Amino acid sequence: MGAVLVGALIVLAVVLSRQTTPPDDLFAVLPSADGHTGAVVVERDGERTVLDKSYASIRSGESEPTWLSDQEVRTAFAPALAAMPPRPAKFLLYFETATDQLTEESRGELARMLAEITRRPAPDILVIGHTDRVGQDEENDRLSLQRAERVKGDLVSQGVPVERIRASGRGEREALVPTADGVDEPRNRRVEINVR
Amino acid sequence: MRWLVMLAAAAFAMASYANDVGQIKSLKGTVQVERDGKRLAAAPGMGVKQADVLVTGADSSVGVTFLDNSMLSLGPSSTLAIDHYSFDSTTHAGRFDSSLKRGTLAGVSGRIVQQSPEAMRVRTPASVMAVRGTEFLVQVGAPAR
Repeated sequence: MGAVLVGALIVLAVVLSRQTTPPDDLFAVLPSADGHTGAVVVERDGERTVLDKSYASIRSGESEPTWLSDQEVRTAFAPALAAMPPRPAKFLLYFETATDQLTEESRGELARMLAEITRRPAPDILVIGHTDRVGQDEENDRLSLQRAERVKGDLVSQGVPVERIRASGRGEREALVPTADGVDEPRNRRVEINVR
Repeated sequence: MRWLVMLAAAAFAMASYANDVGQIKSLKGTVQVERDGKRLAAAPGMGVKQADVLVTGADSSVGVTFLDNSMLSLGPSSTLAIDHYSFDSTTHAGRFDSSLKRGTLAGVSGRIVQQSPEAMRVRTPASVMAVRGTEFLVQVGAPAR
């Protein structure tokens, strides 16, 4: 009887300790595809640790960052890294001033883009319109969306399912070539397409 | 009549697509999405919504691309909850919170973080990580050394 009680208490203690002690964790920063290394901030028990060098890592029970080994990346993280989706492919199409008409060259770029769409297993497409810095902000928001919708219509007419495409307008917020307000810069009158 | 049914189905598909915050792009083995108390079998092309929980089986993995071009992928025996996702495609303002309950996660930040550093967070049972940019790894249940 006593042995059963002791056994039950041990089981209870194990269950309780499991509930109160969170599992160990590990955070690390990797170099990005373009070679640049960003940063993350990890907060645990009120302590903040900045990781801003490639392979810098912090794990439970350690107060200082250490380096994640190649071997650990390969063994622990290889399946997750292999499952990373293909990077979005970017295409740029350009427009005649104050219109939603594509330039001659950009009509050719549409074909390359359609090839990329058919190459991907589960494609979705973001169409993002931009304007130059001529005109009012609200007018540019409207025009940028109109350009994006125009390209979306072109893709649909080429057989891309409409529910796979999202159109949005960024107005003049993301000028490719920085200019003063009011400057008619053709390289800023564009639609960016992300095939994902 | 058949035409009406097709129209309704298309409208429903578009309405449900409108709530998607991401899409499953790669998948290996057995992966489930817990949504509204149900367990759905995941497949490439399937939409991911706020409050979804992604669960991978042994020898399984899944990769998701989100609206702002951020990407997350899970290794085997992993559980990830999409706690909050908001993104304004005009201003790029937004917030992305997720929780890794167990397993391994790889991530690449996107436009939300470009606009607002640290607006992407990954929680574990003991810690929280704010992303200022680019690529990272997280493991829960990491072997001690």
